[in-house]
Amino acid sequence: MISATHYLILSLILLSLGLIGVMMRRNFITVLMSLELIFNAVNLNLIAFSYQLGDLSGQILAIFVITVAAAEAAIGLGLIIALTRLRNTVNLDEVHEMEG
Amino acid sequence: MSFDLFIPFIPEIFLAVASFVVLVAGITMGRRGTRGVSLLAAASLVITAVLVWVFARPSGAVQPILGGMLVLDNFSVFFKFLVLAASAMTLFLSAGYLDRLKYGGGEFPSLILTATLGMFIMASAANLASLYVGLELMALSVYVLVGFCKLEIRSNEGAIKYFVLGAMSSGILLYGISLVYGSLGTLDLAAIRAGLSSAPQSNLVLLLGIVLMAFGMLFKVAAVPFHVWTPDAYEGAPTPVTAFISVGPKAAAFAIFLRVFAVAFRPEFDAWRNVIWAAAAMTMILGNVAAIRQDNVKRMLAYSSIAHAGYALLGIVAGSDAGISAVLMYMLVYTFMNIGAFGMVILLESRGYAGETISDWAGLSHRSPAAAGIMLFFMLALAGIPPTGGFMAKLYVFSAAVNAGYVGLVVIAVLMSAVSLYYYFRLVVEMYLRDGAEAEGGAEMIRDSWAWGVVVLCTVVILAIGVFPQPVFQWAKGGIAAIGLM
Repeated sequence: MISATHYLILSLILLSLGLIGVMMRRNFITVLMSLELIFNAVNLNLIAFSYQLGDLSGQILAIFVITVAAAEAAIGLGLIIALTRLRNTVNLDEVHEMEG
Repeated sequence: MSFDLFIPFIPEIFLAVASFVVLVAGITMGRRGTRGVSLLAAASLVITAVLVWVFARPSGAVQPILGGMLVLDNFSVFFKFLVLAASAMTLFLSAGYLDRLKYGGGEFPSLILTATLGMFIMASAANLASLYVGLELMALSVYVLVGFCKLEIRSNEGAIKYFVLGAMSSGILLYGISLVYGSLGTLDLAAIRAGLSSAPQSNLVLLLGIVLMAFGMLFKVAAVPFHVWTPDAYEGAPTPVTAFISVGPKAAAFAIFLRVFAVAFRPEFDAWRNVIWAAAAMTMILGNVAAIRQDNVKRMLAYSSIAHAGYALLGIVAGSDAGISAVLMYMLVYTFMNIGAFGMVILLESRGYAGETISDWAGLSHRSPAAAGIMLFFMLALAGIPPTGGFMAKLYVFSAAVNAGYVGLVVIAVLMSAVSLYYYFRLVVEMYLRDGAEAEGGAEMIRDSWAWGVVVLCTVVILAIGVFPQPVFQWAKGGIAAIGLM
């Protein structure tokens, strides 16, 4: 029998993978994918808890999260396009004009 | 189905419609209509302010909106007026700036309006779901605003750093929300408070959720150790946007911080108090120390705004009613001080750029004594010297923290205020004691009557609050008298 604990462990793994990806990867597109992993870890949690509690509000929030993550991805991709037009790169290490 | 449900929501609906109208007006009027479009957006903010005033309950009664997703109370009205003031001043600061940089158009004012709408929802959020949606509406608008000068690599870099770290912090905040939901079974803030105070819990999932939510919120207010995005985003952004994000989103983030932590999680005060205590201490120390070695004025003000978030956190750590109202007062004063200081940076132009490096300010007192005097006043206010409002704001926060028994933290705060004198006065020394002969670039004050108006308004407000703090403090106290969840 799969319980909420199993989902919690899976979502913790996904969250860790996402956080590590955001901090370690230098390719902006991979960073965006890692951000999606974080949001999907949250969605998994919300839906598992919602099912366990028999309460719908968690699933409603999950739908909001999916929608907002889509808008967020659109802005991320827009920034990638602006960056490639200026520097012809998607590597974050090549963007360091400001110091301190 | 009754439309009564929507009546207290009319200011927000108006703001949403206005943002679309402004966007379309910007497209039809073209690049040359920047000032007209900004004026239209500012006018819609004024109408929104009137609507907020009309629908506010002067008695302070708490009214749920949209089935309890939002709440209308004095606390939300206070933050709504604060946010409206910040947005309107930003519009007046930005119109001339965008014209000069050839980035005019309707997108900028329209994004300011959507960000304002997001902050409205944050200010009155009574449910973690609406809180998240408001936060993201504000954050997404602001990411675009920071990267608005899309042909400038610095603007782009600031936006990328802000976006990546901002999205990550939203994810952490959400993960915390999901854990809190899982252990308490509700997203409603009033129900969370009721559940926690009737049956105090200490299970690991709930505590982890609260701590992760605290991390997310600390990120949004730019507290150490979650501040790394701040200097780059502030330096890279167009200066009017820097002025905006240093006050509006920060005030809104403090609004949700207070509502979630000081109100909903109040029964678990002992569990999260130490996290905020440590963050406040680190924020004050690192913000002030790092500001010392900055040669770029925008970057220096970025670290200074980190330090100010640390002072405001003192009020949350205090946890008392006096502490919460001191945070409200601090945010109000800080908004006018910071917009004024950034307004002066916008108005000093050197070689086509805003007066960003400290050497641009050399000898300003000889070339335009009035401008130097006003900047001196803002530096005094930011450092917290009487008779400015900055002193009064600090006084209320510090005394609330002392009364709550946090003497050690207040000692750190006072010492760090002394450190802050050093870097604020570096600019003053530059303006008054250098003759400016070496400043061949000739940084001059530009003629932009709208931006000058904003700066003078900020000066008057800060001086008035410094001399007569009581009315404002009473208003801030009224803001928490009927906070929607107590």
